Amino acid sequence: MRTVVLLGPQRLRPTLVEAVDRVGVEGAVAAVTAGWQEREDEIDELSAHLRRPVVNLRLFQRGEDVLAQDPEILLAWGDHLDRRRKLQDLYRIRVAHAKAAVRELLRESVEQDLLEAEVERALEALRAVDREHRDRVARLAAAFDAEWSPWARPAVAAHRDELAGVLSRCGALAIAGGHVQVLLDRLRLFGVVELADGLPVFAWSAGAMVCAETVVLFHDRPPQGAGNAEVLDAGLALCRDVVVLPHAKRRLRLDDPERVLLLARRFDPALCLALDEGSRAWWDARTGLVVEKGRELRRDGDVTGELDP
Amino acid sequence: MTLRIEQFVQGQGPGDGSVDAFLSAGAFPIVEDDRVTFVFRGEADAVKLWHAIYGLPTYQTFTQVDWTDLWYLTLDLPRGSRMEYKLLVEHKGRRQLVRDPLNPEVSHDPFGTNSVCLGAGYEKPDWAFDDPEARAGTVEEHELPAPSFGGTRRVQVYLPARMRLTRRYPLLVLHDGGDYLRFSRLKSVLDNLIHRLEIPPMVVACTQALDRMKEYMADPAHAAFIVDDLLPALEAMFPLASDPASRGLGGASLGAVASLFTAWRYPRTFGRLLLQSGSFAFTDIGRTYRGPVFEPVVQFVNAFRARPGTPVEQIFVSCGVYESLIYENRSMVPFLERTGIDVRYVESRDGHNWENWRDRLREGLSWLFPGPLWMIYE
Repeated sequence: MRTVVLLGPQRLRPTLVEAVDRVGVEGAVAAVTAGWQEREDEIDELSAHLRRPVVNLRLFQRGEDVLAQDPEILLAWGDHLDRRRKLQDLYRIRVAHAKAAVRELLRESVEQDLLEAEVERALEALRAVDREHRDRVARLAAAFDAEWSPWARPAVAAHRDELAGVLSRCGALAIAGGHVQVLLDRLRLFGVVELADGLPVFAWSAGAMVCAETVVLFHDRPPQGAGNAEVLDAGLALCRDVVVLPHAKRRLRLDDPERVLLLARRFDPALCLALDEGSRAWWDARTGLVVEKGRELRRDGDVTGELDP
Repeated sequence: MTLRIEQFVQGQGPGDGSVDAFLSAGAFPIVEDDRVTFVFRGEADAVKLWHAIYGLPTYQTFTQVDWTDLWYLTLDLPRGSRMEYKLLVEHKGRRQLVRDPLNPEVSHDPFGTNSVCLGAGYEKPDWAFDDPEARAGTVEEHELPAPSFGGTRRVQVYLPARMRLTRRYPLLVLHDGGDYLRFSRLKSVLDNLIHRLEIPPMVVACTQALDRMKEYMADPAHAAFIVDDLLPALEAMFPLASDPASRGLGGASLGAVASLFTAWRYPRTFGRLLLQSGSFAFTDIGRTYRGPVFEPVVQFVNAFRARPGTPVEQIFVSCGVYESLIYENRSMVPFLERTGIDVRYVESRDGHNWENWRDRLREGLSWLFPGPLWMIYE
């Protein structure tokens, strides 16, 4: 049974080694830093922190290599990304309207028993928009896989063989943050989760986001635009019933009950988990999610736990 | 609401009602909702407030509180305002323009230092001040050949932290960039906005004119310097993206005129313009009231209004409502919009100064060069 440890951002207060020690990982740790893109190889700090051998899986570079070796998949992948981007733009328009309806209702001052049913219906409409988008993106990905069978293409298959060998000698998989879509795409392209079957997973920031069933992009204070959280894609579903929100202190208005409850109820029954520096949550199939240190966004607009100074 | 100064004058102030007690009871100037009271204490025959808010008389006269050496002036100051000022103190035939001794808040510009009154609701932008979590970029000095002018020109170049030669970076060329660095905290702004992922890591070339009253006045030699001299030199030194969408040009006041003129003369070389409080003098008939020195600008702006073309894709325009240039900037926006250029126009309750331009940088830069904040979670 796989253990998944979700951690807060590691750059300023690294806590990864404590978690790795607690799980009793033996041997090397396989690192996925594809979210760092061109900086993927800069793992010196990570290695020093872990105090054990770290093997960089270099998924970003492997992906670039595949695209360079296989012009057909390069073109097909470009078209796929273009369609996916357009789909996201269309979905964003629907989300804006569906979310605006919820917010408008929440500000109505009528009897609670009348209002609540309307709010719940509006939220259900918003959830439906999210669900449909997640399904459409998944169908798009499935269609790409069915047409191009990436794992069967020589360039990908060769890398997968190498990765299988590397992972068989490692005791854990560490997934760093960075660009969440790039990270998710690279993990899927090489089927790393399947190759690392059974290894405990330690993930932070974008790495933690992709471990969930649904990847949600969010920012309450963007310099441009409305700041509507949006579903990006299905995640790897290494842990369930949780939406991971790293850097929540900076990105979310956790002191705004309306925003908190809207996010919490929108993704209910999944738990909206704020992961800031020092946060830690454990997941396995038997016990489910255990939040050791982290804040939970509640349906009533409250946030559990205290902010670190 | 009874203002604090009114309470004091009526003998209902804090403590023992003395001037000392009044002055020790709070910060100055006194901001009470949308009213501000300036206070001066000292020997004087008259005290006046000097400011540059367009539409108000430049000097506003203080009133002396009977039997005291305390002077005061109350003005309306709408919420969100920021106002730079000095005090003119007249005593025994001597007139002295000084900063407000009771107000520690100051701003700097090439001409010196002013006192600053922060109106109710105005907040200093936290993204303009050093954040220890933000990785620091560097500013390099380069002396580059400038055949268009003859000789060389010094340029300061901001490079983002963790810059890589294998990547292509957007470029912003900023007129009076040295002043942006000194007076608008440009380096901290860039470090922070890049750290917050609100703009991408980018290169910013900060130019400084030797004679801005000539070079920025729609001067073809200056435009040639930017496009024919500076741009190729920067591209030879740094890994820059070359598509217009990744190239911006900007400036404030006459620097905005120089930016628009250069973009107009070399269409689609730059895709993005940042125009702050542009001195876009124009006429519909007759000559400009701004005097003959502005004739080259008027000729350019009139020509631009007649045949704007589509020199760029996006223009961010900002101006303070307390500037005389608000008329020119408001007038320019419909012309820009009619060209099909994507225009974002923003007004602030501030004047023609470097902190106003600083305060608009987040909105302007993040719109012209959107960062990856929705996608990156480090």
